[in-house]
Amino acid sequence: MLKELLGAKDKKATRDGFGDGLFELGQTNDKVVALCADLAGSLKMNKFIDTYPQRFFQCGVAEANMMGVAAGLATGGYIPFTGTFANFSTGRVFDQIRQSIAYSGKNVKICASHAGVTLGEDGATHQILEDMGMIKMLPGLTVINPCDYRQTKAATLAIAEHHGPVYLRFGRPGWPVFMPENIPFEIGKGILLNEGTDVSVFATGHMVWQSLQAADQLSKAGISCEVINIHTIKPLDDAIILDSVSKTGRVVTAEEHQISGGLGESIASLLARKSPSPMELVGVDDSFGESGKPAELMNKYGLGVSDVVAAIKKVLER
Amino acid sequence: MDNLEKLKKTASQIRRDIVRMVYHAQSGHPGGSLGCADFFTALYFSELKHKPEFNMKGANEDVFILSNGHISPVFYASLARSGYFDVKELNTFRSIDSRLQGHPATHEELPGVRVATGSLGQGLSVAIGIALSKKLAEDDRYVYALTGDGELQEGQIWEALMFAAHHQVDNLIVTVDWNGQQIDGPNEEVMSLGDLEAKWKSFGWEVMQMEGNDMEAVLTGLRNAKSKTKKGKPVVILMRTDMGFGVDFMQGTHKWHGIAPNDEQIKEALSQLEETLGDF
Repeated sequence: MLKELLGAKDKKATRDGFGDGLFELGQTNDKVVALCADLAGSLKMNKFIDTYPQRFFQCGVAEANMMGVAAGLATGGYIPFTGTFANFSTGRVFDQIRQSIAYSGKNVKICASHAGVTLGEDGATHQILEDMGMIKMLPGLTVINPCDYRQTKAATLAIAEHHGPVYLRFGRPGWPVFMPENIPFEIGKGILLNEGTDVSVFATGHMVWQSLQAADQLSKAGISCEVINIHTIKPLDDAIILDSVSKTGRVVTAEEHQISGGLGESIASLLARKSPSPMELVGVDDSFGESGKPAELMNKYGLGVSDVVAAIKKVLER
Repeated sequence: MDNLEKLKKTASQIRRDIVRMVYHAQSGHPGGSLGCADFFTALYFSELKHKPEFNMKGANEDVFILSNGHISPVFYASLARSGYFDVKELNTFRSIDSRLQGHPATHEELPGVRVATGSLGQGLSVAIGIALSKKLAEDDRYVYALTGDGELQEGQIWEALMFAAHHQVDNLIVTVDWNGQQIDGPNEEVMSLGDLEAKWKSFGWEVMQMEGNDMEAVLTGLRNAKSKTKKGKPVVILMRTDMGFGVDFMQGTHKWHGIAPNDEQIKEALSQLEETLGDF
């Protein structure tokens, strides 16, 4: 399985998966409408916009209003998908999401691109690493961070069928398309990508690819890593995590996000209550990013393959 | 009794309900609620084409969104008196396990409320979204919204103004409760609103003014506003009201924005408001 996954040849951005998923929803679900705050091209929404102009609302650079208008469209029975960068989909509009969407139980899909340091050259103003932490605290909000083009497209289709507010987080760079097409996407269900016995690696988003490479390197040293893709940060798939940890007894988490507030903390909280285990958390450690190329930034900010390898070795020594 | 007299009597009862709710809870916002009692009465008992059975979507009926959610007492009293729920429930306002939260919410499924409001500046955007959903569904009914004047200091309001004009949301009638007061004092001292009429006009809205504490003027104003809809522009009514209208010692001052009357004050307030429909 590992070799097959790592043999992925194509690269495509997760945001393309969103754009293609949205376009498909345009054809299959006439309740789906889209809104954007002057970033339609970056979010790859143009196919939907060109084909279904009546169901698209350009909001200009005014994200707060966009969230409210989306809440209103949902009240009227539509399924609005908002599109802007992750930074402007969370911190900038947290109170609008909290009151008009989450507390009001509106069926709005907040679709957030360019998350994390892999946004690259634009720098730390735009590289949000706190978005999942903020948004996962809101009661009733589902949080999804898919790992490649294919999974992002599948998640985009799946959230239209799910009734309730969703935060869908994806990114900018071209990224290996490695998820097998025959693996179904189910909200709240983790995916076992590589069976192992020594350590459980729970990874989300772009860090799934890094974790698979780390597992491959370590297998040559005789270390058996179980790699599980946790695409839904909330609700967390407690069962798949506890099952795996009961077997391995050692845990590493990996995400392109602050360690504070991220997937790792959610898993640490679960394990502290149900199955305390040695654990290492791979993520950005209380720091802002900076301008640079995605690969350079991942290495500099603790998100490289070598960082995952080091965390696995460390947890095995504990 | 003609319709106008009937509406005036209803407004008197709603004012009684407001002060009694706030007295009972010993918290809440009587000032703005009293000032808007005539508007709510005209809307819910005359102008709004709404269905007695509450349905969240509000398809094929007029929908009202209260953006300045703190005046929940007048909203709840109007909803109860127009049949959305039993008036006895007004007694539970702001208490534990109640559907009548301090600020309106959908969470407890109170009939008549379509979105939570209270954090200011948000309801107008939601109203615009509902108006767009009506256009998409080819539903020819209207969306009404009320905002405060202090609320216009929120940036999101001006985002919403631009959006509604740009997208020609012309099935929308917004009213501003222009009582000139906010928590810390008169608008002009806290944060001047400037020439409101010119501001809304320059954002591309059809702008009207209306006396908000004269039932006949409110009815005429709301009907005029409707006659200006569906012509490519959103419509706003700048409604002049007196905060606390109907209770002399609460009137015209920001001091009764968010405090409750004591035992003596409630007696005095109720002596000025005729009981017309039976207290809850």
